[in-house]
Amino acid sequence: MSENATAHQDDGHASLIIDNKKLLMWLFLGSDCMFFGTLISTHLIYRKLYPESFDPTTLFSLELTSFSTFILLMSSFLMALAVSAMHKGELKSFRRNVLGVIFFGLIFLGCQVYEFAHFVHAGLTLSTNTFGSTFYMMTGTHGVHVAIGVFWLICMYFYSHTGKMDAHESAVDVEIAGLYWHFVDIVWIVIFTAVYLIEFI
Amino acid sequence: MSQTQIETPSPTTTQAQPAHVLKPERSRLGLMRPDHSKSVFIDWLTTVDHKKIGIMYGAIALFFLFIGGLEALIIRTQLIIPENDLITAQRYNQLFTMHGTTMIFLAVMPLNSAFFNYLIPLQIGARDVAFPRINSLSLWTFVAGALVINFGWLLQALEMMGLFAASGPTAGMTDMVPAGGWFGYAPLTSKDYTGVGTDFWVMGLQILGVASLSSSMNFIVTILNMRAPGMKMMRMPVFTWMSLVVAFLIIFAFPAITIALGQLMFDRVFDTNFFNVAGGGQPILWQHLFWIFGHPEVYILVLPAMGIISEVLPAFSKKPLFGYSIVVFSGAVIGFLGFAVWSHHMFTTGLGKVATAAFSLLTMAIAVPTGVKIFNWVGTLWGGRVRFTAPMIFSLGFVWMFMMGGFSGIMHAAAPADAQQQDSYFVIAHFHYVIMGGIFLALVSGIYYWVPKVFGKMWKGTLSNWVAVLIVVGLNVTFFPMHFLGLLGMPRRTHTYLEGFGWASYNMVCTIGSYILALGILLLLVDLIRCLRSGEPAGDDPWDARTLEWATTSPPQVYNFAQTPVIPARDALWVHKHGPENKKITYEADHGHGIHMPSNSWMPLIASVGFVPLGLGMTLMQAGVPYMGYVAIFGLIMITIGLILWAIEGPGGYHLHPEQENT
Ligand code: HEM
Ligand SMILES: [Cu+2]
Repeated sequence: MSENATAHQDDGHASLIIDNKKLLMWLFLGSDCMFFGTLISTHLIYRKLYPESFDPTTLFSLELTSFSTFILLMSSFLMALAVSAMHKGELKSFRRNVLGVIFFGLIFLGCQVYEFAHFVHAGLTLSTNTFGSTFYMMTGTHGVHVAIGVFWLICMYFYSHTGKMDAHESAVDVEIAGLYWHFVDIVWIVIFTAVYLIEFI
Repeated sequence: MSQTQIETPSPTTTQAQPAHVLKPERSRLGLMRPDHSKSVFIDWLTTVDHKKIGIMYGAIALFFLFIGGLEALIIRTQLIIPENDLITAQRYNQLFTMHGTTMIFLAVMPLNSAFFNYLIPLQIGARDVAFPRINSLSLWTFVAGALVINFGWLLQALEMMGLFAASGPTAGMTDMVPAGGWFGYAPLTSKDYTGVGTDFWVMGLQILGVASLSSSMNFIVTILNMRAPGMKMMRMPVFTWMSLVVAFLIIFAFPAITIALGQLMFDRVFDTNFFNVAGGGQPILWQHLFWIFGHPEVYILVLPAMGIISEVLPAFSKKPLFGYSIVVFSGAVIGFLGFAVWSHHMFTTGLGKVATAAFSLLTMAIAVPTGVKIFNWVGTLWGGRVRFTAPMIFSLGFVWMFMMGGFSGIMHAAAPADAQQQDSYFVIAHFHYVIMGGIFLALVSGIYYWVPKVFGKMWKGTLSNWVAVLIVVGLNVTFFPMHFLGLLGMPRRTHTYLEGFGWASYNMVCTIGSYILALGILLLLVDLIRCLRSGEPAGDDPWDARTLEWATTSPPQVYNFAQTPVIPARDALWVHKHGPENKKITYEADHGHGIHMPSNSWMPLIASVGFVPLGLGMTLMQAGVPYMGYVAIFGLIMITIGLILWAIEGPGGYHLHPEQENT
């Protein structure tokens, strides 16, 4: 996140308007789409192949997952506020909002840990059937993304206390973290729809 | 951030000193940056210079080309006569698996990478890539992955001496080296059938994936954002264009195999059911995921080669590339279509009539943009003043040989024909014509073309003609008879065969051909060493070439161009030399603060090296070696610490003043 090529851009090399680091994040997210695309389609293929083998509605708690989805959505909202605070150079408001994002992210992770523990207890493990394999791997990969995001934001929070953040340059860094966070949120919306909600239709 | 870290030395003090006396500064960690190190060793290990990174990629790729070639020669020697018992069937499986994996991931891809690294910034007039430290990370991570994949050979040697045996989930397996084929079909890769070798293969490929993904993102940003003023997209050299397409292919194709490898790893470690038939898993899923990556992969291999050809042919025909925009456009079309043909590798699995017909048609369609390119190259030669220099001879060889491979490709695009050819030597002939006859010849052509730029030395004498004759004759003698072998029914991956099958004489010819080919490649190395040791100085533009990289010195200085060039036209240097007065390359004035160079760094190296204990630890844990879990955790910590320190350290930088240095 700190690889910095603005100095090169001083030499008149910037050929697109978009910042190098931001472009890098967009490319990463494009690639990440394919990662999640593969995971989600594996899940859906096996679900369709063995419709009878396992009934997830007995296991899923729509209330809990709706709650954690809502929390993640709200964290995205706070993230947007944090980005705009940084753009205006309001460090205090930035910190407040980032703490909120971190807190909500942790709640989401907590719900996921609880959910996993509950499912395993009820007899669905990685090796029970194809549903267990695809479900845990897909949602687990998403959880790891959230955890990395939380870790990143914690680093940013502490960094904002060192006094080295200057509004102009760091605003881009925060915006990039924001891109990542929103993306992870959107992926969850897809998973929530295609994996959870659809089972209750 | 940047303003604070680049402690700009005041111009008066620096200008008086040549670059190498610049004092290294402290990074934000308080540690000395490894800039201007007196030790050559430290300098190369920590370098962020795209040119040095490119040279290292090239050297390591040539090393693995040698290893992969050795493996091929053992395979061919085993097949020279019927019922040969030079090696066991198990060793044979390991050899063809490692031959394929090595050649594709450790020889051709990194050799392509060497050209990307060295050439792209020079061709677009940039100082370096967009993220120099990520570039260094890509290089060393690639080395780490290569080590992990090949580590099995060491273990196999220990196993043969009776010093090592797998316990744990793969107990009793004597396979320490990957043996499931380069596409590792399920269920062969499950732990019922293969041992720890498959774990090395999975881990190694994952690590290589990190390297490829990070370098591709880096190159896309570089090409889109770092072009010199005036270097519009449609003025870029074709090689840079093809690199851009390849980078996009990599970032969209690699995720499929990364996930598939992850699923396979989970199957082997946590008993999941992705490909495990007993638990409802479908081995065919692996085939789909692999080839969704695998077919784009063959274009990842060949497009850079096409880029090289599109530079060399115009340079030695004294003509611009015929239909530049069509070549660029067909390259992009190949990129798109490449994602829509994967199932032509699965015609015989019973896809159903509609799917088979659709993939058959799409596969034939992809031959169209490929054919368009061939016509463009021929059109470039047409009416040109052709000079038969070494790079040109290899490029012409490419056009001819690649076309032969394309023909057999179209033959198995027809599903009914493919039903006869699938998994026979016919397919081996096809892809060796496109890869050896195509890609490899193009890469050799690129080596002959750009080595004078890279090392500032000119090739000596006409040994290159012998290299060309031996390689082209060798590869035709080796691979042409394989078409017949395939049609006579010889399956690929056969460890031996019986006298009465009627394959003996063809196999004998193939094996002799492979020795000729090996001789040619050996001679190439001799020629290279001769050139590097005692070549005459090459001068900046020895070939009277067309593109920007020839406008700077040979070898280029660290900063590539003393002043930023302003590009007036496509084929900038050619137009500069022979075009109208108002189309000269001009240079932006230096604002007196010198050239800002990125600092060297240890952090990418530390993070990359961490992949070795991580990969080996996780793998050997599977084989039941004690304490390996801790080794893996150590590796993970090393990677994390490397990345965190990387972030804290900041990119740094120092300033150079080229005028002062030259005096
Ligand atoms: C004219 C364009 C091409 C067409 C129509 C084509 C078609 C095909 C088809 C249908 C197969 C499957 C054969 C089978 O397994 O039965 C195949 C295999 C293969 N092709 Fe091509 N191909 C083309 C160009 C290329 C190029 C440019 C490359 C490499 C740079 C390439 C590399 C391969 C490889 C490596 C395999 C075999 C993979 C394996 O089974 O191990 N092909 N090709
Ligand atoms: Cu293919």
